[in-house]
Amino acid sequence: MARVTSIAMATRQPQAPPGAAVFEARGITKIYRMGEVEVHALRGVDLDLYAAEMVVLLGPSGSGKSTLLNILGGLDVPTAGAVHYRDHDLTRFDDAALTRYRRDHVGFVFQFYNLIPSLTAAENVSLVTDIARDPLPAREALSLVGLADRADHFPSQLSGGEQQRVAIARAVAKRPEVLLCDEPTGALDVKTGVLVLEAITTINRELGTTTAVITHNAVISQIADRVISLSAGRIASVQTNDHKVEAGALTW
Amino acid sequence: MTSLHRKLLRDVARMWPQLAAAALVIACGIATLTMSLSTVASLERARSTFYERYRFPHVFAHVKRAPDSVAAQLADIPGVLRVRTRVAVEVTLDVPGLDEPASGRMISIPDRAPFGLSELHLSRGRLPEPGHPGEVVASQAFAEAHGFQPGAEISAVINGRLERLTIVGIGLSPEYVYQVRPGDVLPDDKRFGVFWMPDRELAPAFDMDGAFNDIVISITSRASLPDVLARVDRITEPWGGQGAHGRDQQTSDRYISDELKQLRGIAKLPPTIFLCASAFILNIVFSRLVRNQREQIAALKAFGYGRFAIAAHYLEMALLVAAVGAVVGLTIGSRLGEIVTAMYARFYRFPVFEFRLSRLAVVIAIGVGLTAAMLGTLASVRRAASLAPAEAMRPEAPPDYRRTLLERLGLQRLFSPAGRMVVRHLERQPLRALATCAGISLATAVLIVGSFVHGSLMYLIGFIFFTTQRQDVTVTFVEPASPRAAHEVAALPGVLESEPFRAVAARIRAGPRSRLQGVTGLPARPRLNRVVDQDERPVPMPHSGLLLSDGLADILDVREGDIVTLEVLEGQRPTLDVPVEAIVRTYAGTAAYMERSAINRLMNEGDVISGAAIRVDPDARDRLYRTLKQTPRVASVNIKLAALDSFRKTIAENVLRMRLFNLTFASIIAFGVIYNSARVSLAERAHELATLRILGFTRAEVSTILLGELAVLMLAAIGPGLLLGRLLAGLVTNLLGGETVRIPLMIRPSTYAFAVIVIVLATLVSGMVVRRGIDRLDLVAVLKTKG
Ligand SMILES: Nc1ncnc2c1ncn2[C@@H]1O[C@H](COP(=O)(O)OP(=O)(O)OP(=O)(O)O)[C@@H](O)[C@H]1O
Ligand SMILES: [Mg+2]
Repeated sequence: MARVTSIAMATRQPQAPPGAAVFEARGITKIYRMGEVEVHALRGVDLDLYAAEMVVLLGPSGSGKSTLLNILGGLDVPTAGAVHYRDHDLTRFDDAALTRYRRDHVGFVFQFYNLIPSLTAAENVSLVTDIARDPLPAREALSLVGLADRADHFPSQLSGGEQQRVAIARAVAKRPEVLLCDEPTGALDVKTGVLVLEAITTINRELGTTTAVITHNAVISQIADRVISLSAGRIASVQTNDHKVEAGALTW
Repeated sequence: MTSLHRKLLRDVARMWPQLAAAALVIACGIATLTMSLSTVASLERARSTFYERYRFPHVFAHVKRAPDSVAAQLADIPGVLRVRTRVAVEVTLDVPGLDEPASGRMISIPDRAPFGLSELHLSRGRLPEPGHPGEVVASQAFAEAHGFQPGAEISAVINGRLERLTIVGIGLSPEYVYQVRPGDVLPDDKRFGVFWMPDRELAPAFDMDGAFNDIVISITSRASLPDVLARVDRITEPWGGQGAHGRDQQTSDRYISDELKQLRGIAKLPPTIFLCASAFILNIVFSRLVRNQREQIAALKAFGYGRFAIAAHYLEMALLVAAVGAVVGLTIGSRLGEIVTAMYARFYRFPVFEFRLSRLAVVIAIGVGLTAAMLGTLASVRRAASLAPAEAMRPEAPPDYRRTLLERLGLQRLFSPAGRMVVRHLERQPLRALATCAGISLATAVLIVGSFVHGSLMYLIGFIFFTTQRQDVTVTFVEPASPRAAHEVAALPGVLESEPFRAVAARIRAGPRSRLQGVTGLPARPRLNRVVDQDERPVPMPHSGLLLSDGLADILDVREGDIVTLEVLEGQRPTLDVPVEAIVRTYAGTAAYMERSAINRLMNEGDVISGAAIRVDPDARDRLYRTLKQTPRVASVNIKLAALDSFRKTIAENVLRMRLFNLTFASIIAFGVIYNSARVSLAERAHELATLRILGFTRAEVSTILLGELAVLMLAAIGPGLLLGRLLAGLVTNLLGGETVRIPLMIRPSTYAFAVIVIVLATLVSGMVVRRGIDRLDLVAVLKTKG
């Protein structure tokens, strides 16, 4: 891990002072209109995320987890409410500004990996490093997730867990300040799920990346600094974990 | 190379058959466009250079006989630059190696070049020299048709005597770029030639010493052509002037202009069709591509690729297709241009006529190809660029199937589950189904347009040579002759039937419009020289009044029953208001008819005739030809069989070759459209079909669903396609129709059948490809990805 530490030292972003919020969300509401029907995905969510912390989002299906994450990541805009990322009000960003924001600050990991099937693992990572300001070399990012030897394989030649780790490498290669993961282990078995979570916690710890992980699996909440539960578009509870557990020690 | 470019290349490599089909169709469009535009430019350049260097005149006039002093009067007309007077006569030729008599047009020339106007381009040999009687320059078309070199000899009936002529030179004249015997449709270079002979020899032979009968004039650029024409008419009237005309009624130039008009017209149609088809193919390929990659696009956006970068990514692929299409199209197009130019060079004889790829054509072709590619992909590219990135996190909503019309009508029991899937899928995407139908219809139509011309021309041959001109030979006398001449003709060896006619030079006026148009007088009920109405029923000659051909009626803008003024330009030059009794059908040139006795009465002459149409006993043909070759009174002999032969040969060579191009192109469209539709259908439904396979459906059952859909679309498209083909064919006949020849819109059942067969074949082949795709469905891989 010495290697990762050295990379962490090299990050250009100053660490936010402890306690400073990276995200400040106030009264976020999201309403989807489908013809006559209105779906209230979020009903006034207030939320702060702090620098370098690891947050797990829990909640039943349809409770609005993905919607919240998408809004934080600049993939979607709330119907009402304000989201501040550091000094920026994301709700005032237009499409171009949101694109810049995602490009410069956010790393995404999706439940279904979303790799480009026509590109190899390394090339999938380069896709992001091509446009990042100060990225890790693609192969270095892959070795972070333990896949250096599979760099030239196409997604179809990788298992689900390996694909997800490529996706993580792709998300962190730009050295994002925030890493947003939507059910990264949803499609994986325990062993590979743990491998993927280890990759995520390592990044969070070593690079100081503010990380939010959505999961349906309550066990996983043990790796978090804080656990936020959503229910029917509202935050039902926020728990602080006094005893964080190493991802490697999890089992379900 | 960035990773995005790498993805582009891999996508291209994966989809190459579909992209290649689109590129090929674009290439066809660009090829036809380049070919016609460049050929137009080459032809125009050849014409303007030839006309300028060899001083093609602006005004042409023929008189009966005028003294040389009249030339000075003509030169004094304001705006006239140069005047050249000469003797021009028709003669009968006896050409070695040719059984039948040929005709020649003899034109007198000064002893030395330049002549001042209408110069001769000598491609071989020399001009006739003083002191060597009987020397002539022969037109290159005639000399080539016979393989004559300088030194060859022919005989001509000159002023009643058979004279030997020595060809000392072979030449080209701007007046005979297209060399066709007056009244003929296509050139017959073996049996018609132009000859240039010194004035001092030709004039005395035709009693034109110190006189002339033909005038060419050039005018300044500021002169008014109508004014000059009117003045020439006034000056030549006492000398039997037959009316001056400009270049627009000069036969050779008329043909070139018609050809250019056709080429320009046709330059637009096929490229439009091809580029529509390629836009269509690109549209289905790209909309599928973008739909297929929506999660990839969303992920790219999540990583910070902007809408512009995404749009550029897909546009680059479209541009690549367009670029490949352009390169292939330009290559094929210039090759086709060379072939077509070479074909033209056999009809249109210029000193220099070479194909040059016009730069403008290249620019236009590339521009149009790019436009087609953009049109075809823009909607998909826009969809890709504006895709909401949050979608990346959500699987696509399951397609929204509804109870179809069929089910609401309670007819579903008539269908198997597979049949129901076909119907529901078609009903769910009616626009897609409609677009595919439109594409197949277009392909059907193109197949018809590409092949109907041959049938139309065969019909035209039947019309000209069997429905209307039923004679075997037409004999024209040097001078109008008495009925005794008719008896003489009837008494010629082998003549079974003879039908005399009277032809006079005239001008027909209708309000502000007028036209120099000879009038032919025929018996009340012609049996050989038949004239037919729009339904091809024979029309009897009216006792008074005129019959006008449809083309002429258009030019004069008159209808049946209108009154026109007929000014005869021969004899006592009578003028008369006559009703238009009927409009008759012709496909070549223009014509006006009257009953012969009516013309005789009008001319205040006896039972005079200009020539006769005759039907010949085939066994006695050679004897007749031998006699005709030596008959002094005969100015020209027109043999139908020979004309028919040359017509057929020309068609065989050119139309068949063009048809081959057309059909190749049309088949490419048909296959391109159908193949791509089938491929996209397969790709879109691979998941669903694989699921069915897993559930236990056989390959055959699963194939039925997809192939059934294809078959339904094809069957629905064929009917409208045949109709569209007929409409487009009508458009093509309009575009191809000039004053010289009009193409009848005749589509043979075999043409329709052929189009249907090609479409069915294309569907079968595409179906087989799809079937192979279904057989090779990787069930596991398909289920690993999301629907
Ligand atoms: N594009 C959309 N159109 C309409 N409704 C939507 C859309 N996206 C989300 N919703 C609705 O908003 C609500 C919250 O959705 P969201 O995806 O945030 O839930 P989630 O908590 O992530 O659920 P899951 O655990 O199943 O992924 C749901 O009721 C969902 O149906
Ligand atoms: Mg979700």
